[in-house]
Amino acid sequence: MIETDFSTTDLLFMLHGAGVTLALTFWAVLGGTLLGLVLGLLRAVSPWWINAVLGAVLDVFRSIPLLIQFILANSFKSILGLDISAFEVACVMLALYTSSYCTEIVRAGVLAVPATTRRAARSLGMTWWQDLRYIVFPNALRVSLPTWTGLTLGVLKDTSLVLWIGIVELLRASQVIVTRIQEPLLVLGICGLIYFLMSFPISRLGAHLETRWREYD
Amino acid sequence: MPADRALRNPRDVSAMNYTFHWHQALEALPAMLAGALVTVETALLSMLIGIACGIGLALAHNSGNRLARGFATTWVETARNTPALFQIYMTYFGLGSLGIFVDSYPALLIGISFNNAGYLAETFRGGLRAVPPTQMRAARSLGMSAPQAFRLIVLPQLLRTVFHPLTNQMVWAILMTSLGVVVGLNSDLTGVTQELNVRTFRTFEFFAMAAIIYYLITKFVTLASRLVAARLFRY
Repeated sequence: MIETDFSTTDLLFMLHGAGVTLALTFWAVLGGTLLGLVLGLLRAVSPWWINAVLGAVLDVFRSIPLLIQFILANSFKSILGLDISAFEVACVMLALYTSSYCTEIVRAGVLAVPATTRRAARSLGMTWWQDLRYIVFPNALRVSLPTWTGLTLGVLKDTSLVLWIGIVELLRASQVIVTRIQEPLLVLGICGLIYFLMSFPISRLGAHLETRWREYD
Repeated sequence: MPADRALRNPRDVSAMNYTFHWHQALEALPAMLAGALVTVETALLSMLIGIACGIGLALAHNSGNRLARGFATTWVETARNTPALFQIYMTYFGLGSLGIFVDSYPALLIGISFNNAGYLAETFRGGLRAVPPTQMRAARSLGMSAPQAFRLIVLPQLLRTVFHPLTNQMVWAILMTSLGVVVGLNSDLTGVTQELNVRTFRTFEFFAMAAIIYYLITKFVTLASRLVAARLFRY
């Protein structure tokens, strides 16, 4: 039997960290998706000059390392003197980051619905909103959902970067234990396994949706 | 002095009680640009290693050998389902317990290359699928030698399908190099910025400058790749 200093308390500590990771992912994906829906729809319908500005602004989030975005957001919070926790800063920043990707996904989905289909819906007497709700949304969802699961997966992994602004999530928790018991391979192995168990179902779901929904194309 | 002003006028306390010092950040620009060079070099190097390993993994996956296939699958799934930072930690801390002690730079390079290879393997697999094997046979029956057929028939089409994902991955590689600072790297753009930050505590100014430089680098890469693509894929 291999001797180890890794205790049940350590495992609970890591699982608690995994809980923080999941909570961050949840809020970021929720906020990012809602914002992405609005902005994506806006990008799909607005004239080119609004589109260009919006696209350029959102592109900034995708062109700067997320780590630096966290550092900037955290120090900007201090400059403004806002009384919010690092966790909330991380959630907001991650949600903005997620929305910049989600906007493109939504936009691509909406634009994938043929204009003729939408005109047909309108000429059947549907209002603009009804067309959006009953025609565009279901069709766009089919195109967008596989990519969206990929985005969720990406966000789950990107939450690891918040350790730099002092949040103890799964990776940071593992690092703390590594520093104490000096068994990096074991602890990081468990950490990797937990990440894998969290992300593998999402990744499988995405692959499943992609193959299943392609059958009806 | 901000503190004095706050004492005189209590209203200032809640508002922005902070003076920006951009000149310090501007003075540090040469050092940061030198760091940016390291960032680009690291990203390029990790892409080269990633492409080599990625092609190997794609071929291993397509080969009949179960062992090779299992190895490739394990690599790809680990690279895609765990954070890049975890992969860097694994090389930095994890290899140490096997008796292999790596410095922060090689740890970063290995970590990113591992990650790149995992993603690029899928890209190359898709690329290889995109060229039907019948074309190879057709080329051979027209009298081309195998290398000729690969170079003139398969490669151009393969390049066409993988080019866009490759440039995307290059941008990702540039952004990922910023993770080196977490394992103590101080020579790349983020590392240099962090060194300046701990010396002066002008966090926002320095990192804002770094953000602008990263933005310019990624924009340059995207633009350059678009120009190259327009030239390469004219037909």
